Amino acid sequence: MSTLRIQDLTVRLPPGGDRADAVSKVSFSVEKQEILCLVGESGSGKSVIAQAVMGLLPNTLPVASGKIFLEEEELTRASERRLRGLRGAHMAMVFQEPMTALNPVMRCAAQIDEVLREHTGLAPAARRARTLEIIREVALPDPERMLESYPHQLSGGQRQRIMIAMALVLEPALLIADEPTTALDVTTQAQILKLIVELQRRHGMGVLFITHDFGVVAEIAHRVAVLREGRLAELGAKLDVLLRPRDEYTRMLIKAVPTLQPHARDADASAPLVLQTTRLSKTYRGSGWLSRKRVVEAASEVSIEVRKGQTLGIVGESGSGKSTLARCIVRLIEPSGGEIRLGGVDLARLPPRALRPLRRRVQIVFQDPYRSLNPRRTVGEALIEGPVNYGVPRAAALERASRLMELVRMDPGALGRYPHQFSGGQRQRICIARALALDPELLVADEAVSALDVSVQAQVLALLDEVRLRFALAMLFITHDLRVAARVCDHVAVMQRGRIVECGPVREIFREPRHEYTRALFAAAPGRDFAFGG
Amino acid sequence: MKVLANWSVRIGGAALLVLVLVAAAAPWLGTVDPTLFDAASRDLRPGEAGEVTTLEGETIRHVFLMGSDSFGRDIYSRVLYGARVSLVVGISAALVALFFGVLLGLAAGYVRALDGPLMRVMDGIMAIPAILIAIALVALWRATLPTVIFAIAIPEIPRVARLVRALALSIREEPYVEAAVALGTPAARIMFSHILPNCVAPLLVQATYTCAFAILLEAILSFLGVGLSPDIPTWGNIMAEGRVQFVAYPHNVFFPGVFLAVTVLAVNILGDGLRDTLDPKMAKRV
Amino acid sequence: MYNFILKRLLSTIPVLLVVAVLVFSLLRLTPGDPAAIMAGDAANAEQIERIRAGLGLDQPIVLQFGIWLGRVVKGDLGESFYFRIGVAELIRQRLEPTFALAALTILMAVLVAVPLGVAAAWRFGGWFDRALMGFSVMGFSVPVFVLAYLLIWLVSLKLGWLPVQGYRRLADGFLPFIRHLILPAITLSVIYIALIARVTRASVLEALGEDYIRTARAKGLPEMRVLVRHALANAAVPIATVIGIGVAILIGGVVVTESVYAIPGLGRLTVDAVLARDFPTIQGVILFFSCVYVLVNLLIDVSYVFLDPRIRY
Repeated sequence: MSTLRIQDLTVRLPPGGDRADAVSKVSFSVEKQEILCLVGESGSGKSVIAQAVMGLLPNTLPVASGKIFLEEEELTRASERRLRGLRGAHMAMVFQEPMTALNPVMRCAAQIDEVLREHTGLAPAARRARTLEIIREVALPDPERMLESYPHQLSGGQRQRIMIAMALVLEPALLIADEPTTALDVTTQAQILKLIVELQRRHGMGVLFITHDFGVVAEIAHRVAVLREGRLAELGAKLDVLLRPRDEYTRMLIKAVPTLQPHARDADASAPLVLQTTRLSKTYRGSGWLSRKRVVEAASEVSIEVRKGQTLGIVGESGSGKSTLARCIVRLIEPSGGEIRLGGVDLARLPPRALRPLRRRVQIVFQDPYRSLNPRRTVGEALIEGPVNYGVPRAAALERASRLMELVRMDPGALGRYPHQFSGGQRQRICIARALALDPELLVADEAVSALDVSVQAQVLALLDEVRLRFALAMLFITHDLRVAARVCDHVAVMQRGRIVECGPVREIFREPRHEYTRALFAAAPGRDFAFGG
Repeated sequence: MKVLANWSVRIGGAALLVLVLVAAAAPWLGTVDPTLFDAASRDLRPGEAGEVTTLEGETIRHVFLMGSDSFGRDIYSRVLYGARVSLVVGISAALVALFFGVLLGLAAGYVRALDGPLMRVMDGIMAIPAILIAIALVALWRATLPTVIFAIAIPEIPRVARLVRALALSIREEPYVEAAVALGTPAARIMFSHILPNCVAPLLVQATYTCAFAILLEAILSFLGVGLSPDIPTWGNIMAEGRVQFVAYPHNVFFPGVFLAVTVLAVNILGDGLRDTLDPKMAKRV
Repeated sequence: MYNFILKRLLSTIPVLLVVAVLVFSLLRLTPGDPAAIMAGDAANAEQIERIRAGLGLDQPIVLQFGIWLGRVVKGDLGESFYFRIGVAELIRQRLEPTFALAALTILMAVLVAVPLGVAAAWRFGGWFDRALMGFSVMGFSVPVFVLAYLLIWLVSLKLGWLPVQGYRRLADGFLPFIRHLILPAITLSVIYIALIARVTRASVLEALGEDYIRTARAKGLPEMRVLVRHALANAAVPIATVIGIGVAILIGGVVVTESVYAIPGLGRLTVDAVLARDFPTIQGVILFFSCVYVLVNLLIDVSYVFLDPRIRY
C-alpha cells in the first residue's frame, strides 16, 4: 500500500493562462518510508499538486479528472469534513516562507496546541506535554521558553522547525514539504534538511518534497519526479534520474545546474586594479532618545580588490553585509569609514556634486527583476536615462540603446514596450543593458540571478561572462550560492557578520577552504558530492 | 483602457457627467430665476402650478415640479442652480487640497529635515475635526465663495499630504529609484520622472474622495446656517430653510437631499471604480 | 512595553501644542480688532477695552499665547459673552447628551460593522459582499442630516414608534433616555458602520490572503476558527485604527445630528456659538473636541500593544 498515490491528475487553469491545465495527467506515488522529490521550475505546477492532495485548491483551479489516494482512501471523493479531519492528523504540510507561514499574533506553542485540540480529545496538561515533546524533537533550544514565544522572536530556521513540529505532532503518514528550505540560509538549510531526513527515518512517513534545487534532490531524495509545464517529464530512482536522465528536458535542467567545481580560469595578476577598498565600514546606530543605542556593524574593515576583466565574488549568507558592501561601493549609501578607490580616486566620502561624474564608472544590477524597472516608463526610456543624464543627445542614446538590446540578445524593436510585458529573465537582461549604457569600468551584480529559474539563471550567467570578456569589465558578484560563484568568479571573498573571513583565487578556496565558516558553508551545500552540468 | 471598462467607473462617471451637464444647462431646462418669489405661490406641492413674478414685473404661469418653499420660490430651479454651486465648490476645494497636499507631501517625503515638523502640523490639523475647522474659518472670514472653498479644502490637505508622503517614502525604496541614483539622475528629475508618475493613480482616487467630502461639507455648512448666504441657492441652504416646515412640507428637504446624496454617491462610486482598476493596494487604506 | 506607552504619550504633546497654536491664532487671523470681535456686536467701548486688557493684546504675541495656554491648562477657558457663563462650565453642562449619543453610537457601530465586514470578506465577491459594499458606499454618501430627516419621517412620523426630537436625561429614567437617543444614534452610526465595515472587510481580506491562513487550513482547523482566531486577530490593528480615526467623523456628525434632533449637547452648542460669533466658546469647544480626539487615538495606540505582540518597543 503506497502512502500517497496520484492517478492521472488534471487540474484546470482559468482561461487566459499560458496553458489549459496547471497539471496534466500526472501519476506517481510516494511509498512508505521514502522521500520523493518533485522537481520543476517556477510555474511547473508542483505546488498545485501539493494543494490538490491536501484539498486546498482554490475554486479557480478545479480538479478536472484523476484520483488521489492517501493510504488507499480516495481523497478526491472525500467530503470537506473528512478532509479537514485528515489534514494535520494523517497528512501534513510545511510551506516555503517561515517568516509568513506562522500566525504573528499567536504564540508558537498555541499554534501547535491547536492541532492537538482539533484532532484529539486530550486534556490541556497532556497537550502541553506533547507540545513540549515535539518541540524537543525538532531540536529547538530552550523548549520551555519556546512555549511562551511569538513567531517574530524566532529566526527563520527556528520558525521552520516550529512548522515541522506542527506538522509532525500527530505523526501523519504523509508529509508534504513545499520548498521548505528555499527561503533559508545555506547553513540553516542543511540543518533543516537533516532534521527532515532524520524525522522521516524515525517515524517512517512518506515525504513528498517539492523543490527546484537539484542539489537538494541529490542530497535527500530516494526517488525523483520531474515536472515540466504540468506534465510529468521523468520519474525514477535518484541516481537513475540524475546520472542517466532519459528525458531531454531533465537533461537540460541538470546540465544547467552549475557545478561546485570552479571553471578553469587564469586570473591575470598583473591586470590593472579597477576597484580597491581599504577597511571599508558601515555602522548603523539605533536612533531615538528612548530606545537603547543599538550599534550594528553591517560591514566592518572590508578590504577587497578587483582587477580589470576579472570577477570577484562576495559569498555570504543573509545578514553577512554583502549587500551593504555593494551599496557602499555604488555609493547608494554612505560608508562610515575606510576608502573606496575606483581607478585611484577615493569615492568614499565625496560630496554629491563631485561624485556625479564618477557615478558612470560603477553600475549595478539588482536582485529583483520585477522591481528594478519603473513600471510606468518604457524600456527605451530606462535605457537612455543614464546617457541622457550625462549629456548624450536623445537620438544618439536611443541608437545606443538598440545596440545594447542586441548585445543582450533581445529584440531592439522592443524598446517601446513596458516592463510588465517581459519575463523575469528578460527584465534582468534589460537591467544589464541599462547598466552597460554608461560604459562602466566596474559592474556590481547584487544577487542578480538569485530570483531566476535555474535554466534562465544559466543563460544570464553566460551573458554576464560574455559581457565581461567583451568589455574587459571588472565585476563584483554578490551571491549566497556557491555553485554560482564557482561558475563566474575568478576570486572569492567570504563574508560573515560584516567581515571578510577568507579571500583568494576561486580554485584555492573551493579546493581547500581554510576558515571554519567557509568550511561550514561548503559542508552545508546540498548535493556537493554530485558533479552536475555546466 | 482598463479603467473605462470598470462598471463603477462607468456608472459613477456617467451620473456625474449628467449632473454637470444639467448644472451647466440649468437656465434652459425649464427653470426660472431661483431667487424669484411670489407670495401667491407659497408652499405648493410638487407638480402644482402657480404664478411667478419675474424681475420685469411680468407674471408667468409655471409648473412647480418640485413644489415651492415658504417664500414661493421654485424648488426645482433652486435645486438645479444649486447643483452649480455644489459642484464648483466640491471640485475647487478638491483641487486646492490636492495642490497644497502634493507640495507638502513631496517635501516631507523627500527632504528628511522637513518631514518631522511638517507632519506634526498635519497631525495637529487632523486632530481637529474637519467640520469644526471649516465652521471656525467660515465664521472668521465671512462666507464668500472663495473663503468657503478654502475653509473646506484646508482640513483635507493633511490627508492628501500624508498619502503623498507615504507614497514618496515607499517609492524611494524601490530598486528602480536606486538604479536611477546610480545612473546619475539628479534628485529633481527623480522626483518628477519616477516618483510622481507612480503617485498619480492613488492621487486620482484620493481626489474623488476629497471631492465627495467637499460637496458634503459645503452642504452641511449651509444646512447649519454657517455657509454661503441664503440668497445663493445651494442644496444645504434649501434644506436649511425648509427644515422648519419639514413635518408638513417634506419636499423642501427631500428633493435637494436626494440630489445631494446622488451626487456624492456618484463621486464615491467613481472613486471606488478608479481605485479598483488603478490602485488595488489602496483598498486597505481608507 | 511601558517605553512604548510613554513614547506615545509624549508624542501627543507636540500635536496638542499645534492644536493650541491653531486655535489661538484663529482669533488673531481675522481682519479687525480681536477684542471687538470677541465682545460681539452689542458691546460698547468700555467693554471692548476691558476685553483688550484681559486678552493682553498690547503684549508680544508669544507672551499672549503663553498666558492663554497657562489658563487653558488650568481649566480656565474664558467666559462666553453670549451665554454669560464660563466656557468650561458651559461645556460641562452640555457634555452628558453628547457623550451618551457618542457612546451608544460607537457601541452599536462596532458590534454591527465588524461581523458584517468579516462575513463579507469570507464570502468575497458573493451577493452579501456586494450588498455590503453597496450599502457602505451609500452610507458614506447620504449626508447625515438627509438620513436624519428620512428616518424621522419614516419612523417617527409615519410609523410613530419613536419620538421626533429632544433629549431626556438618564437621571429621569432609562427608557425615555434610550427612546430619544435611538434614532439619533442610528443616524449617526450609519456612516460609522459603513467606514468600519469597509476597513474590516479589506483588512480581513488581506489577512485571508496571507500564508498563515494556508497553514491554519492545512492543519484541518474549522473555518470559523480560521476566520476569527487567525484572520480577524491579525486584522485587529487596522480596525482599531479606523475606529479611532472615525471618531473625527463622529464628532462632525454629532454637530449635525444634535442640530436636527434638537439635542442640547456640545454639537448644538458649537452651532449656536458660531451663529452668535461667540469666540471664546468656539475656541473652547474646538479645544475640547480636539483633546478628546487625541486622547481616544492615544488609547487606541496603546491598545495595539495588546492586539499585536510585535509592537512592544
